[in-house]
Amino acid sequence: MTLRLKILVIDDEPAIRRLLRGSLGHEGYDVIEAGDARAGLAAVSIDKPDAVLLDLGLPDRDGMELVPLVKAAGAALLVVSARDTTEEKVAALDLGADDYVTKPFDTHEVLARIRAALRARRQQGSEDSIVGFGEVEVDLAARRITRRGVEVHLTPKEYGFLAELCRHPGRVVSHAQLLRAVWGQGHENDVEYLRVAARGVRRKLEDVDVERSAIRNEPGVGYRLIA
Amino acid sequence: MSPARPDPDALLRTAARASTGRLKVFLGAAPGVGKTYEMLSDAAARRAGGLDVVVGVVETHGRSETQAQLAGFEIMPRARIAHRGQPLEEMDLDAILNRHPALVLVDEFAHTNAPGSRHDKRWQDVEELLAAGIDVWTTLNIQHVESLNDVVASFTHVRVRETVPDRLLDNAEIEVVDLPPDELIARLKAGKVYVPHEAARALDHFFSKSNLSALRELALRRAAQAVDAQMLDDLRASATGGSWAVGERLLVAVGANPVASEVVRAGKRLADALRAPWTAVHIETTGERSGPAAAHLAQAMQLATQLGGQVLTLSGPSVVDGLADAAADTRATLLVIGRPQPRRWPWQRRLHARPLARRLPGLSLHLVQTSHAEAAGHGLRPPMPGIPAGLVPSFLATALVTALGQAIFARGNNITNVGLLYLLPVLFAATRYGLATGILTGLVASLAYNFCFIPPTGTFTIADPQNIITVGVLLLVAAVASQLAARLRAQALLAARSARQSAALAGFARTLTGMARPEALGDVLCAEAARLLDVRAVLLLGSADDLSILATTAPETPLAALDLAAARWSVDKGQPAGRGSSTLTACEWLFTPLMAGGATLGTLGVARGDGALPVRSDQLPLLGSLVDQAALALQRIRLEQEAADVRTLEERDRLRAALLSSVSHDLRTPLTAVLGSLRTLEPRDEEQRELLGVARAEADRLQRFVANLLDMVRIEAGAIALSIEPVDLAEAVASAVHDLRRALGTQPLRIDIAPDLPLALVDPRLFHHCLINLIENAARHGGEGPIAIVAARRGDGLDLMVIDAGPGLPPGSEARVFETFTRLEGSDRKGGTGLGLAIVRGFCKAMQLDAIAANRNDGPGACFTIRFPPDRLRQPSEPE
Repeated sequence: MTLRLKILVIDDEPAIRRLLRGSLGHEGYDVIEAGDARAGLAAVSIDKPDAVLLDLGLPDRDGMELVPLVKAAGAALLVVSARDTTEEKVAALDLGADDYVTKPFDTHEVLARIRAALRARRQQGSEDSIVGFGEVEVDLAARRITRRGVEVHLTPKEYGFLAELCRHPGRVVSHAQLLRAVWGQGHENDVEYLRVAARGVRRKLEDVDVERSAIRNEPGVGYRLIA
Repeated sequence: MSPARPDPDALLRTAARASTGRLKVFLGAAPGVGKTYEMLSDAAARRAGGLDVVVGVVETHGRSETQAQLAGFEIMPRARIAHRGQPLEEMDLDAILNRHPALVLVDEFAHTNAPGSRHDKRWQDVEELLAAGIDVWTTLNIQHVESLNDVVASFTHVRVRETVPDRLLDNAEIEVVDLPPDELIARLKAGKVYVPHEAARALDHFFSKSNLSALRELALRRAAQAVDAQMLDDLRASATGGSWAVGERLLVAVGANPVASEVVRAGKRLADALRAPWTAVHIETTGERSGPAAAHLAQAMQLATQLGGQVLTLSGPSVVDGLADAAADTRATLLVIGRPQPRRWPWQRRLHARPLARRLPGLSLHLVQTSHAEAAGHGLRPPMPGIPAGLVPSFLATALVTALGQAIFARGNNITNVGLLYLLPVLFAATRYGLATGILTGLVASLAYNFCFIPPTGTFTIADPQNIITVGVLLLVAAVASQLAARLRAQALLAARSARQSAALAGFARTLTGMARPEALGDVLCAEAARLLDVRAVLLLGSADDLSILATTAPETPLAALDLAAARWSVDKGQPAGRGSSTLTACEWLFTPLMAGGATLGTLGVARGDGALPVRSDQLPLLGSLVDQAALALQRIRLEQEAADVRTLEERDRLRAALLSSVSHDLRTPLTAVLGSLRTLEPRDEEQRELLGVARAEADRLQRFVANLLDMVRIEAGAIALSIEPVDLAEAVASAVHDLRRALGTQPLRIDIAPDLPLALVDPRLFHHCLINLIENAARHGGEGPIAIVAARRGDGLDLMVIDAGPGLPPGSEARVFETFTRLEGSDRKGGTGLGLAIVRGFCKAMQLDAIAANRNDGPGACFTIRFPPDRLRQPSEPE
């Protein structure tokens, strides 16, 4: 008997909760629902959900305030909101959200993001040292990259950029997080470094057009590795 | 002081010379040396060299050589000015300003314009031409130079009224047109020199060889001095080294007397020689001046301004005290005072010099020997003492005391007591009517005392020497008391006047602080100016091109065109204009600009009903204070209004942001539910599959419409907050294509973006929306053919093009497609909202990019371009 994963949906719109209940249920998750922040926080501490889908526009509190609280409880967190400014997305990610989906959303995309977030949560601690995408394999422990079995040499910054994405496969990693991890404090605004690194990695590891690249650009927010 | 530091004033003067037009003066010693001829032949050479030269005004005086030189020049027609029915011709200043040549020739620099011209003097016209950046060449005789006017008059005995301020020569290039005196006299005899009719009688004397030699020397020296001054400026500006004298400062004491102007000129010459700044100061000790004295003073002060000096008027208990204060204030090192004109009283001679030397030991004194001829030349004689006032009551009082004394004396009292009684009428006369009356009363009283009481009575003989002392004391008391009383009275008058003005100004300032509207302020200002100065007043606000009357105390008299011109001038130049100023003096009003914070807010006009000068010179400070306070208050009102406007705007922006956020939430949430539900539904048969397909497509369309509508509202509201970052165009296009993948379906797509292009500086989210809209537009109207997305360098810039293979845009509609809700006739478009391209243009504009629509020139189809100028691109630096 497999343990069914529990997912908490915090949203004040019954229609959205109904929609997500159906889709998530089909996928084999247990769904818990909460209509406001108070009920949501109670469910987080009582039911210990594995993942939380959080709407930011709640009637009693701003959903943004719940982000660190939910993260502290150890659940994977996906923000689902109608707010679509890059500032809000970056803020939610910086507070600890695993991903951000704007309404109106595609249900399949939400499901894929949940899977990625849950996988990342499972892998916490026991870091999976080998990540593969396309024809490429990245061995994080050995700092070794092969393409079709042939070792490829990347510059240290290109490797750092790719490695940081590989540590969070399928999830969006914000510009600031990437820049901090590779270039260190004080370079959080040097987005052009990332553009150059992304060009280098794609040139050396992929033959495909940019729109089919596994290293996907999230405009204004960050990068995501489609593993 | 560091020796290599450039003098900022000198730098400024050098800069002013560079940006405005340059003045060249052909300076001659006397009429007939050939200045105009020389100027024309020099100009002809420049014209041959391709310079744009016009003749503004040149007087040939019928000389054929000069006339011949004029040939080939463009000559500006003169303006006709009707004066008392007589047409006069003057240089057409506005025509030259409009024509704007590189160089204009203006003969006779010192010429006085016909009444009704814009400026009194031609040199003022020239100043305006120079300010407009036009170079001016002009001619001048040395006797017309202001500061040399006295000197020339002293040996030629011909005084000219038309003079040019020295400061104009200081910045000018000077060419001396030199002719030896013998040759000039020969030319004169040959009739080659034009001589004005009225000067003919003075001619023989003027053109004597000694005079001409002296004039020639003056001209050469003045030219050398100008060259010297300019060289010194350049030297100081570049601080190339050398040493120069530090800080002589001149203070020129100006009295209200006929020689005042002479003292001012002398001070100016001395200041020039010392290269020192100078201030003309007048010390006001008593009440208001009578007619001629006030006129002398006003003339001298105006002359000082024209000669480039500072002007200062101080009130003080005495001239000496006032001068001491002024010297301390201006940190003067040298005081220039004129020897008083013909002495009336022996003690007046050393009036200022000795006490001043005592008061200010560090100050050098320079006494100017003024000419008596000057006073005579002005037709003035030393004022005669008239009959002193108040003699009748004073003598009556003396008679009364004599009668009283008789009564007391009859009772056997000592006559000394009676003598004391006589002090009463003397004190009365001296304190009330001044020195002359006091002395006369003292004389009469002593005579009466002598005659009636001193033995032997009934005669004017004095037997006892003791009684002589009594008579002397009576006279002395009269003198001292009258001096004391006169001084007190003058002080009291001054104090009362300044208290009145202070009170009025304080009250005015208090009223202004409470004002919230400019209209109320205008009413108060006009009323106050009218009350304090006894004038009609009008306040105009706005810029020079757009002046409107805000308030007036004389609504029944509209402003004439000339008055309006003066008002515009004063606003434009930030200087007074009109009657009593030096510009547009023919008009009835005097306009004083309201300046605050470096800007001119408007101008206050004042006029007197009887056509007299609107404001006496001693009232000018009061007018200045009124105008300054009003300007500050007006600026405060404006700033408050602006602050209130900003607050309103901020409040509106906050509301709009809240509304947008709420609307977008309320529209998107139900759409999400609808779309999500439709996707999860499984159709049972073919019909349901078809219907479900329609429902999904329409819901998608609705979703795009809502997104576009919200974007459009943001653009229209100006509520776009940009967050610019460097974006890789290939990545940005990839993201847009990814988001559109489902909507594009099987439409073929070609992306051609080189991997080494510079990064674009855009707001990533706005740019994403632009791309989505452009690609969607191409998919919708481009038929089944392939869509190409191409980036191409264009000079230093970059074009990103979305090209379709559809029917293209109807000819002539290329610019219109970007308008809101434009659906082009004849296009087979369906499902469009008419908003997408308007959003593209709006967002591009916000990001300072160009959005261009055109048809392909290599086949059917449309091409939409986002054009990046070079400053919106960045070549990425290596991230190491």
